[in-house]
Amino acid sequence: MELIQRMLLGEKRACARLITTVENDPEEAEKIIREVQKYTGNAHVIGITGPPGAGKSTLVDKMVKVLADKGNKVGIIAVDPTSPYSGGSILGDRIRMQDLAVNPNVFIRSMGTRGYLGGLSKYTKNALKILDAAGYDYIIIETVGVGQSEVDIVKTADTVVMVMVPGLGDDIQSIKAGIMEIGDIFVINKSDLFGADRTATEINMMLDLSMNMDRRPPVMKVTASKGEGIDSLISEIKSHINFLKTSGNFEKRRSDNMKLEVMDLIESELKKIVISRTANENKLETEVGKILNKEKNMYEVRDEFLKLIG
Amino acid sequence: MRPIRVLIAKPGLDGHDRGAKVIARALRDAGMEVIYTGLRQTPEQIVAAAVQEDADVVGLSILSGAHNYLFPRVVDLMKKQGADDVLIIGGGVIPEDDIPGLKKEGIAEIFTPGTTTTQMIDFIKSNLKRTVN
Amino acid sequence: MEEKKLDQLKSVRQNWEETVLNKSLSRFPEKKEEFKSGSGDTVKRLYTPENTADIDYETEIGFPGQYPFTRGYQPTMYRGKVWTMRMYAGFATAEKSNERYKYLVNQGSTGLSVAFDLPTQIGYDSDHPLAQGEVGKVGVAIDSLRDMEILFDGIPLDKVSTSMTINAPASVLLAMYIAVAEKQGVTPDKLRGTIQNDILKEYIARGTYIFPTEPSMRLITNIFEYCSKEVPKWNTISISGYHIREAGSTAAQEVGFTLADGIAYVEAAIKTGLDVDVFAPRLSFFFNAHNDLFEEVAKYRAARRLWAKIMKNRFKAKKEKSMMLKFHTQTAGSTLTAQQPDNNIIRVAMQALAAVLGGTQSLHTNSRDEALALPTTDSVTIALRTQQILANETGVTNTVDPLAGSYYVEAKTKEIEEKAMEYINKIDELGGAPRAIDLGYIQKEISDSAYKYQMEIESQDRIVVGVNKYQVEEETPKGLLKVDPKVGEMQKKKTDEVKAARNNKAVEEKLKELKTACQGTENVMPYILAAVKEYATLGEICGVMREVFGEYEHAVLL
Repeated sequence: MELIQRMLLGEKRACARLITTVENDPEEAEKIIREVQKYTGNAHVIGITGPPGAGKSTLVDKMVKVLADKGNKVGIIAVDPTSPYSGGSILGDRIRMQDLAVNPNVFIRSMGTRGYLGGLSKYTKNALKILDAAGYDYIIIETVGVGQSEVDIVKTADTVVMVMVPGLGDDIQSIKAGIMEIGDIFVINKSDLFGADRTATEINMMLDLSMNMDRRPPVMKVTASKGEGIDSLISEIKSHINFLKTSGNFEKRRSDNMKLEVMDLIESELKKIVISRTANENKLETEVGKILNKEKNMYEVRDEFLKLIG
Repeated sequence: MRPIRVLIAKPGLDGHDRGAKVIARALRDAGMEVIYTGLRQTPEQIVAAAVQEDADVVGLSILSGAHNYLFPRVVDLMKKQGADDVLIIGGGVIPEDDIPGLKKEGIAEIFTPGTTTTQMIDFIKSNLKRTVN
Repeated sequence: MEEKKLDQLKSVRQNWEETVLNKSLSRFPEKKEEFKSGSGDTVKRLYTPENTADIDYETEIGFPGQYPFTRGYQPTMYRGKVWTMRMYAGFATAEKSNERYKYLVNQGSTGLSVAFDLPTQIGYDSDHPLAQGEVGKVGVAIDSLRDMEILFDGIPLDKVSTSMTINAPASVLLAMYIAVAEKQGVTPDKLRGTIQNDILKEYIARGTYIFPTEPSMRLITNIFEYCSKEVPKWNTISISGYHIREAGSTAAQEVGFTLADGIAYVEAAIKTGLDVDVFAPRLSFFFNAHNDLFEEVAKYRAARRLWAKIMKNRFKAKKEKSMMLKFHTQTAGSTLTAQQPDNNIIRVAMQALAAVLGGTQSLHTNSRDEALALPTTDSVTIALRTQQILANETGVTNTVDPLAGSYYVEAKTKEIEEKAMEYINKIDELGGAPRAIDLGYIQKEISDSAYKYQMEIESQDRIVVGVNKYQVEEETPKGLLKVDPKVGEMQKKKTDEVKAARNNKAVEEKLKELKTACQGTENVMPYILAAVKEYATLGEICGVMREVFGEYEHAVLL
């Protein structure tokens, strides 16, 4: 495809158009990814997550400036929520990244979650592959930052940066609820605000309590709006990459994530097959009726469906 | 059908974004994906954003009177990028006399005070330059 | 009111409802189920003493010129002196604007109000790349002291009071004003006027910010301190609700957010060691005059009362002058329509009436053509005449606070005061106005109101004459003011000449000293003044400060 060629040569417009396609048209997406997957796997993917108001976009802006100034090509995918009522969305993360728009080394793309609950869009991974193939060295994914959905980012990113702010006591609670395992690096942003030390101490204490860690995530104080702590954050990201590569965790993480993706593909393809083969007879409806009437149990029904493709 | 993607931008130095924000919301409520870029955008920034976001529509809002200078620059740069399938519209305090000139430069429509968001939504839906199917 | 009397009134009222009212309603039903104010609050059919029974006259309403100043900041109000008719003007070059000022003064305008172009407001010289297309458009372009000298040429600065709508670079423009006065032989202690100097509402609503919050607050308190010693008659800040309202807020939000900003400035000044009674008397406010007459009158009265209480109780001010809220008013630009522009004359007249009934200290009336372009001289004249008719013909100036005691207006005053206080409490909870702005809370509240307002217009729940009702086919309006597109070039040339003629070594030195001062903790005003006098440009001075302070990043929540 001509667009793919142009994208591989670094043309931003082609890259943008391919992202639109993979985000919207599953059949075309498959064709494109079949072509470009061989060019992927080179980018280091950084997930930036944390509650709304934590200053994620400003942090991304400052990080990317540093990375791009050093000659790296950086892609950004910024995800914002889609309105469940209209299906529309307002994507406003670029506001904090105005100067980056014209940086030749940088590509920013905003996406709506489009009703997908995972804190990313269902198609974020497709977009990621395009940017990866287009030769971006780092790809930063900024998540929506609401709900418990942040777990998604772990399945996508090589390094996950959890962004917190001082004084939001509830967030510490939510960390307790299980987000602690997600972060590879913890950032207390807006550290010039009162309470930053306390927040840092609390996170440190919780990290100390967590077992089964082959690497103790660092907790860093950053004031993104003033550019303070950005360089150290970047070094921590690099040292995390190093850790992944030297400990063998890099391959493991990527392979785990790819397994999930492949299993997802198989699952959805199987569903499609089952449904297409039984569409005429309305089999699903009939069989479910039987379960509800206590004539059958759901495992019997499953086995029957599986026989159809067996 | 995929959502229509609209970039709403405020070129120039004027900080009055009430209209831009109201429109952004109305377009969202009409099911569009609206990328809002904030204040003080140069034409270069707007065009770079429009390209990267693969916007179907670029909406420019300006109340300071700098429209005759800034709007045509956005259109020119879009053309240079080969992005001629993007619908470009403008709005703000724009004297009637200036409108024909701006349209000749390539702004598809100018919306002045009093325009309803419904009128704008209808205009966008029926004047897109590429399909969203 | 005594409880017994109140009970009696209640039963009379109920009786009236059951008999007279219900009979009427059954025959002539009301137009709609719910009546709403301009800000969308429910308005009752009728207000009676029941609705004001819990308002104590002495402590809550009182007497004009006396705490809590509900009835006015001054005991005789317009019987002594009518408000200052202050027309906001300025466009193109200093030369052009100077002509307009002289015209306005000759027509009876009693104060000047300078509008600056956007590059000036954002601290860029006319030759800056971002200034292209903007020079001279929404106001006058000022690059150096030279422009300021031309702007006030032939206008004696010890005779006029001058208001300057300038915020982020307020200290620079004030320094230029002081320097021009000096050249006229007028010492700073004789200067009267106001700089807007209200950065928080720029972050919230108006958008001409430069520096981050912290250094901006420092610049502001530096001005407070400097003026308290050197320019004692100068109003050092005009804490502005006008633009908050223009951005779409309700009346109560206008009061709540403006006073919350005011609280932040007072706190910042106290924190730097200033005595509240030294700087507070020089604080002034700036409100909008919107369409709903009674709601607006109530708004001004509520703002005065609430501010007095805040200054007295929260900040323990001792001087009554520190508790008085004095304010400038401008009619609501956002209510002007491009359709049937002459209708705007009527809108402006009603809005101006609200400001006067609310006890404003000075007033700008918008011109009919401002939804289309900058106003022509003819339009400005009508707008000024509107004020003169109000002052001389209507009789509204004859008595102080004439709407006091209206059951509706008093109840509404209380309602707005309470709602505004709720916003202030919420902002306090978030950690004060600067933090609430940083979090986008205030902006979000305003844009929610703005969206609601627009949707009401589109659903015809809100009628705008000529826009969604009573429309006509119209011809293109003729004779609008056009700013010469060559202004940018002319301005650049002038500034180049200034740069060639000045002592560049001295400029460099003064800028270096300013930089050091910015990096330290001293008051920067004297350094800015020194640089200005050497004809350092606005862009150069702000450039130095940008270097040290950095730039503000806009918080938007949609």
